[in-house]
Amino acid sequence: MANIITRRSILGAGAALAAGGNALAQSAVQVASGVAAPNLPIESGATLRMLRPVRFVAPDEEVFRANCARFTQQTGVQVRVDFVGWEDINQQTAVTANTGAGPDVIVGFGDAPHIYAGKLVELSDIAEYLGRKYGGWMFAADKLGKRHGSNNWIGLPFGGTAGPLVWRKSAVNQVGFQTPPNDLPGFLDLCRKLRQAGKPAGFALGNAVGDGNGFANWLMWSHGASITDEAGGVAVNSPQTLAALNYLKELYPTFVDGGTISWGDISNNQAYAANNCWLTSNGVSLYFALKNDPATRPIADDTEHSFLPFGAAPSWPSAPLTLNAMLFRHSRFPNAAKALLAFLMEQPQYEPWLNANLGYWAQPLNAYRDAGVWGSDPKIAIFRDTMNNRFWNGYKGPISEASGQANAEYVLVQMFASVAAGQATPEAAMREAERRARRIFRR
Amino acid sequence: MSAVAEDKVWVRQAKAQSALSKLFDWKPFLVAMCMLPALGLLFVFLTYPLGLGIWLAFTDTTIGRSGRWVGLENFEYMLEDPIWWNAVFFSVFYTGVATIGKFGLGLWLALLLNNHLPFKSMLRAIILLPWIVPTVLTAIAFWWIYNPQFSIISWIFIELGLRTTNIDFINTAWPARWSLIGANIWRGIPFVAISLLAGLQTISPSLYEAALLDGSTGWQRFRYITFPMLLPILAIVMTFSIIFTFTDFQLVYAITRGGPVNSTHLLATLAFQRGIPGGQLGEGAAIAVSMIPFLVFATLFSYFALARRKWQQGESND
Repeated sequence: MANIITRRSILGAGAALAAGGNALAQSAVQVASGVAAPNLPIESGATLRMLRPVRFVAPDEEVFRANCARFTQQTGVQVRVDFVGWEDINQQTAVTANTGAGPDVIVGFGDAPHIYAGKLVELSDIAEYLGRKYGGWMFAADKLGKRHGSNNWIGLPFGGTAGPLVWRKSAVNQVGFQTPPNDLPGFLDLCRKLRQAGKPAGFALGNAVGDGNGFANWLMWSHGASITDEAGGVAVNSPQTLAALNYLKELYPTFVDGGTISWGDISNNQAYAANNCWLTSNGVSLYFALKNDPATRPIADDTEHSFLPFGAAPSWPSAPLTLNAMLFRHSRFPNAAKALLAFLMEQPQYEPWLNANLGYWAQPLNAYRDAGVWGSDPKIAIFRDTMNNRFWNGYKGPISEASGQANAEYVLVQMFASVAAGQATPEAAMREAERRARRIFRR
Repeated sequence: MSAVAEDKVWVRQAKAQSALSKLFDWKPFLVAMCMLPALGLLFVFLTYPLGLGIWLAFTDTTIGRSGRWVGLENFEYMLEDPIWWNAVFFSVFYTGVATIGKFGLGLWLALLLNNHLPFKSMLRAIILLPWIVPTVLTAIAFWWIYNPQFSIISWIFIELGLRTTNIDFINTAWPARWSLIGANIWRGIPFVAISLLAGLQTISPSLYEAALLDGSTGWQRFRYITFPMLLPILAIVMTFSIIFTFTDFQLVYAITRGGPVNSTHLLATLAFQRGIPGGQLGEGAAIAVSMIPFLVFATLFSYFALARRKWQQGESND
């Protein structure tokens, strides 16, 4: 049944989803008037090819294709969109960039435009236009879109998602808390009490790209530690990192039976859905998976989202996973490509797409904070400001190939895991992470 | 007479052979031409990728850009990288223990199957199953069996009241290593058993009859007939098995991804981890290249240590 979704039925579903008749027809999104669009004369005979990661939910793809079809209708430019598996998009981007052939536009992940900056067309004109028209870019969008230390846009952020704390209200209330405390000692206390109550927490410490790195980054940033300094030098060897390691040493024994050192990205979802783990961190997908399965619906009803404790950080210490579009220099039709990107970000296209994504992706432009999707379910409201997070992978240094590699090689995750497992002292683990980081960030 | 006869005898004018046809009649050239397609295939699919891999190992190529020649830099870093040394250790340990396990149990199974059993062919077919199943399915099955929270083995032990907590299969270094070796042995036994069974069936029954008449014990028959007669095939099967085990990737990558904390990385998984997700193609290639000496050594060992004919025949070495 899910396969025969038409555009019309999506619009219907989206409208039903938006609470209390706040339907798509009467959008609450405030658009600044009188902002002139950049003059982009579309090349004659232009055709475009675009690559983007596969959908979370079926309507994502449906609406995206419909938007591109509307662009074709209005401009005559044929657009072909290919949806690529998440693991493959980086490799395909690399091949495209190195061979100078292939798709005109790739919607990759956060750091890709920074790695291939030399091969990209600057997008400042459309980015500045969109920013003015839609209430400005949110922090992470600004950070990931612009080349480090400049105002030149090399990427056009499309949306972001993050993994907040996911917890069972009944368990947290049972041990005497209304919500998880926002300070580190309080959070440790909560986890200890949950463990005593037989309803333990669990965070991935295995080689899990998303969840493992998310948890390790939170430990670092909430203690004021970071893998690099502002200039990109390795800064992992610090008293703050040591404090984070010592904190984990106390926190880890409160985790689920069997431990989480072998946990992959899927493990916490399984444990949470099986009433094995009562507090973890994950993207919104866990909540929807529970909500859509009648067998686990009660768990979804008992589930709440909240920020991970800030600790020493001024805001939620989490780096959103961001869709970041880039336009390659080898494109023969750069104006058409820019026009398409801007078209997709305009309210008549972007808002239905955002709503169709049910909260899996959050907008990079402030105006879309008022989109219908954020009123559709109070439990997903927390994702609304995902792109305002003030952290990124490789924080505090510039976004680079190296920051991506440190993530992919689990440098921080393994530093924490070796201490949690008792394999290394905090000092030794930190030195090993420093050794690896020095190698990775040497260029 | 001769003059007249010569006039009358008609001789077909020999057509001058063209240079091209001469060339094709020339044997060395013809041989070279016939071998060219095979050479081409070997070059495109074997030499070039291998050569490229070795060349990459001497550059700092990443996924994002083509690299510069850096000489031995990748290897120098590798040698001082404890993660690589750990992978070397585990690759050798994994191959060694798993090979012993596979051959011990495989040989035993082959001897059992060599007896006259009811439903013999069906039993043999069933034995092959673990080997037929795609490795990645095996890996996923073991991933569930070893799951720290949902392991069926832990569940059974707890239900029977023998334990109160889950068994630690892959959460700490040594249990994880043994668990992976267990999975590899389970998968590898059928290959060894069926290959050795084929070898067993080539041994002439008359040898056993003669031995029986001489009053030999079962052990003696195994030690002095079965084992020596089996050695040639044992050498080949062991060479293959060592190579497959040493270069194993799927089991480890699907079950532990090299964790906990890199303790179960094999050279193959580490090379992939560095090269593709990590993006450092040069370093990944260097790690892959570092496997070559081990593989060459293992192959030579199997051939020369196990396949010496005189030793097989029970004579002294000379």
